[in-house]
Amino acid sequence: MEQQTTLLYDGSFDGFLCCIYMIYDEKIKNPFIRRESEKSQQLFENIEYVTTEKQKSKRVWQGFILKTTRKQQLDIFKTFLSEIKGVENTLFKYIQTVFNDNTKYLTDYGNKDILKISQVAKMVGREKHRMEAFVRFVLTKDNIYIATVTPDFNVLPLIIPHFKDRYADQKWVIYDVKRNYGIFYDLKTVETITMDYFSKLNHSISKEAYADKENSFQELWYTYYKNVNITSRKNKKLHHQHLPKRYWKYLTEKRKDL
Amino acid sequence: MSFERIREKLSILADAAKYDVSCASSGGKRKNSSKGLGNNTGMGICHSYTEDGRCVSLLKILLTNHCIYDCAYCVTRKSNDIKRAAFKIQEVVDLTINFYRRNYIEGLFLSSGIFKNADFTMERLVAVAKKLRLEENFNGYIHLKSIPGASDELMREAGLYADRLSVNIEIPTVSGLQLLAPDKKHEDFIKPMEKVKNEIIQYKAEKKIIKSTPRYAPAGQSTQMIIGATGESDQEIMYSATYYYKKFNMRRVYYSGYIPVLEDNRLPAIETEVPILRENRLYQTDWLLRFYGFSVNEIFNKDHKNLDLDIDPKLGWALRNLHEFPIDINTADKRMLARIPGIGMQSVSKILQARRFRKLDWSHLKAIGIALNRAQYFIVCNSKDFYKKELSPITLKNIIIKSTHSKYKKHFSQQLSLFT
Repeated sequence: MEQQTTLLYDGSFDGFLCCIYMIYDEKIKNPFIRRESEKSQQLFENIEYVTTEKQKSKRVWQGFILKTTRKQQLDIFKTFLSEIKGVENTLFKYIQTVFNDNTKYLTDYGNKDILKISQVAKMVGREKHRMEAFVRFVLTKDNIYIATVTPDFNVLPLIIPHFKDRYADQKWVIYDVKRNYGIFYDLKTVETITMDYFSKLNHSISKEAYADKENSFQELWYTYYKNVNITSRKNKKLHHQHLPKRYWKYLTEKRKDL
Repeated sequence: MSFERIREKLSILADAAKYDVSCASSGGKRKNSSKGLGNNTGMGICHSYTEDGRCVSLLKILLTNHCIYDCAYCVTRKSNDIKRAAFKIQEVVDLTINFYRRNYIEGLFLSSGIFKNADFTMERLVAVAKKLRLEENFNGYIHLKSIPGASDELMREAGLYADRLSVNIEIPTVSGLQLLAPDKKHEDFIKPMEKVKNEIIQYKAEKKIIKSTPRYAPAGQSTQMIIGATGESDQEIMYSATYYYKKFNMRRVYYSGYIPVLEDNRLPAIETEVPILRENRLYQTDWLLRFYGFSVNEIFNKDHKNLDLDIDPKLGWALRNLHEFPIDINTADKRMLARIPGIGMQSVSKILQARRFRKLDWSHLKAIGIALNRAQYFIVCNSKDFYKKELSPITLKNIIIKSTHSKYKKHFSQQLSLFT
């Protein structure tokens, strides 16, 4: 067997697509794709550094779009955003299937790579949906609605259309404290930003920055949440299953100080 | 009005509304085209969950809990000595908008006790929805309760602003209703349902000709029945549900296990437990009827008027119809695949797609995610290992119940050794 070539890229989706470009361009026989920040387990590696170039990634993606459905494109992007170690290589096999004109095999759920991608895409989709549900905006003095999150997967790029469409008439920020970047809507477009305000220790907006009445509405929501519970039907297991504890830190209704 | 007073009203009127189980927020199909607030395009979103595991997606409140009726099953009945409160229209609008902007909710579910008369109450519910849509440019979800006995004109207007309308039939049988709510007439419940159904049909017909026809209740209508307050069998409940689905094109019928809140000799005693498991079995049956292609007379018959509590209704059906099995996963049609215990509709479609490429064996089925602990006794696949013993329904039921309890302990490979 030919020696493995490890392709290192910057961790971006464009970077990943450039790896695919290089594999085809240089006819690399036995490639292994890895993000730079990930540690290697191998002692001897034949390493190639891949530089991210927009026109190369665009070419790969456009070739892919021609042969696939919208759902398949989204599944690939979602699976990539899972950031699961080594997932790039499963994705490569999938993309290879497409470029070999075997798209009909993409529904072969008896194939473990195809099934894996459909399952990971589903997991990421679930996390996206949770973010759409569990984001809690706080209105600040400068009239911006701000929320902080720490999603399991890197789903901010996926939730932009939902929030942009829904909250079209208010400025908002959703900030991923774990990955230290956020998305900001300024009533026209959504941009990626980083804020020094947040850190690993400082997850949320302080009360001094709250707009007038912000605290009152949080208390009203808390009151509402307490009062819709039916004690005689209490079901803790189901509660935790729907609302896993790791999300409680963003939820206004679960805060202890209200 | 002070914040403290609003908070008190909210606690009273949310508390009184919580027995309404519907919290659906999907199907509104309302886009945010004018750069206003909110949309309701795709699936519903549950923004939170109560400690009893129910979804919280809407601000679900009563406009008031003052009521002229005295229905035995209802907390807000006239003769019950509780705190009463009423929201002003603007207060409900402000709460909805401010909760919505913070991403707490998908919209509003507004119901009410009946004060003065049906039309007077319905008019105020409509006024809230109208204000939200026209003044606040709000495109979130609005669910209004149709007040039994409300006039056709008001029901027409309600549907122009609301996404969903519902009347709770509450008691599945007419005789039960007479016993528990003697001042209410069955026809009063039916009238608004009939009106909404006809308006929706008319809207769909006119829409084909004139594109700008104003939309009417795009998320349809739903209803709710209380389970276990009077002595109905599951058969009566599901026949009744089927009637509402067919007759009024209901999107959903909800089943709500009776929660004893009041002492009344016509009702179960106050210590009675909420029939949560029974409620769950009824919902499973509802799903079988709506999505799995079952018809109600397959699930119930004269010897089988109530659902088994210890097994799900599909397994129950399979055990009564063992002659239909085993089913070959690689050749059976969609209808039969959907009837195998332990296989859901998502797995059915995965199986249908995957088997075009190869014959499926146990490992494929496991990876696809079907519940083999139940399914294995009813299927054959591309493997010589399959369940060959002829067993009586009762023995098979016991085997399955046992394996269901231990499903987390035993691994699949050990379960397979059952076959050899």
